[in-house]
Amino acid sequence: MSPPAPTTDDGLIEYQARVRTFVETHVAPKAREIDEAESTPPALLATLRASRYLGMALPREWGGGGIDPIAHGLATEEFGRACSSIRSLLTVHNMSSQAISRIGTSEQRKTWLPALCSGDAIIAFALTEKNAGSSADAIQTSARDCGGEYEITGAKKWITYGQIADLFLVFAQFDHRPISVIVERDAPGLSITPMRGLFGTRGSMLAELGFAGVRVPKSHQLGAPGAGINIVANTALDHGRFSVAWGCVGIIQSCLDASLDYASGREQGGQRLKDHQLIRRLLSDMLVSYRAAKEVCLHAARLRRDRDPRGANETALAKYLASTSAIKTATDALHLHGANGCSADFPVARLLRDANVMSIVEGTDEIHQIALANYALQRPYRSFNVTR
Amino acid sequence: MTTRGGLTNPKERITQYFSRVIPVAIEEDQDIFERGIVDSLFAMQLVAFVEQEFSITAEPTDLDINNFCSISALTRFVERKQMQANPE
Repeated sequence: MSPPAPTTDDGLIEYQARVRTFVETHVAPKAREIDEAESTPPALLATLRASRYLGMALPREWGGGGIDPIAHGLATEEFGRACSSIRSLLTVHNMSSQAISRIGTSEQRKTWLPALCSGDAIIAFALTEKNAGSSADAIQTSARDCGGEYEITGAKKWITYGQIADLFLVFAQFDHRPISVIVERDAPGLSITPMRGLFGTRGSMLAELGFAGVRVPKSHQLGAPGAGINIVANTALDHGRFSVAWGCVGIIQSCLDASLDYASGREQGGQRLKDHQLIRRLLSDMLVSYRAAKEVCLHAARLRRDRDPRGANETALAKYLASTSAIKTATDALHLHGANGCSADFPVARLLRDANVMSIVEGTDEIHQIALANYALQRPYRSFNVTR
Repeated sequence: MTTRGGLTNPKERITQYFSRVIPVAIEEDQDIFERGIVDSLFAMQLVAFVEQEFSITAEPTDLDINNFCSISALTRFVERKQMQANPE
């Protein structure tokens, strides 16, 4: 059973401290190993499953933690601070589970949510294909009507934690309309091929999935026909962006912490790095980036908590700001560390590689720029309460 | 009945919202998704808008793009939900 969800400021502080203790004990010491081995140790996966953090934001009704978006953001920041690969596991599991929670029938919720909330089952999000990245409508994986089942044929690529997932939320074209179905790992005809040699979030166990006539009961279809992208994928991606945004806040904080430690300890030209004016400028910029990204993420979290119509757009705004700030901050941190920054003995090179992945997943920066221009044209700062 | 800005019926309130957040004029039956007038984030915005504005809950079976694709479709959806909540 999950502990009670925090409801007060003191409760949030205590909750974040508890997550930080868990992360510093179990995740942070493994971050370098996860990056270098391009894998997540089975023992850590077992610890994560048992920790109930996988289901922390899912409804208590099904065994989840039921924490609100603010607590969820703060917890995600802690995971992102330590290891973006592990944070990405929380992201994909939560975003796909949230789609089932929001869109699934009562039978589907009853079937899958208890195991997803407890961490007994992990679910991956299978939308992207070789020729369908930013353009989700271009997916070519197809579904054929076989009476009470769909037959799925095609291939997916870049599926985060696809190597170990128990379930997959899969998107396919059916009768020229996108549908989404839940596919179990042991479904005959499903092949899972690990992907290696990645640039960042190297431990997130990406996989290519092959569907050679995979039969899926129609009862596994999530949402109405045609709702696959607009409703199901966007619901999941919205949760994904929220998680990535907060993960980026964690990256920025980690860069700042590493840079403060390094600048305080290292001496060059007869004085500590922290006393060089241009280094001080970098430290200032990092602090400002951290504060700005976190405040924007908190703003999105409050709107989501209140079910405000601006929630999805403000989440996209937060993801864009936080990911671009994370790249800038990690680049500065690498420069501040000099040659040491390029070494695996310091975390900043990993943080820079991971930050760059953040500006691609769940919508590239360029896709966000287009979407946010549409949002700007709504003049949300003028039409609504100016204090929010 | 709840009113916002002096407007009482769902169609007026939905039309006013569309005129505020979509930068082009929209016909009642115009499919805003099919013609690329709005992006995919707008579907989520609309769901949250009707839930908040009309104090209704969009159930999983309601999350069909056909309920949100035009002013008239959204109006029919809201009126149906209101009818279900208050059959009298």
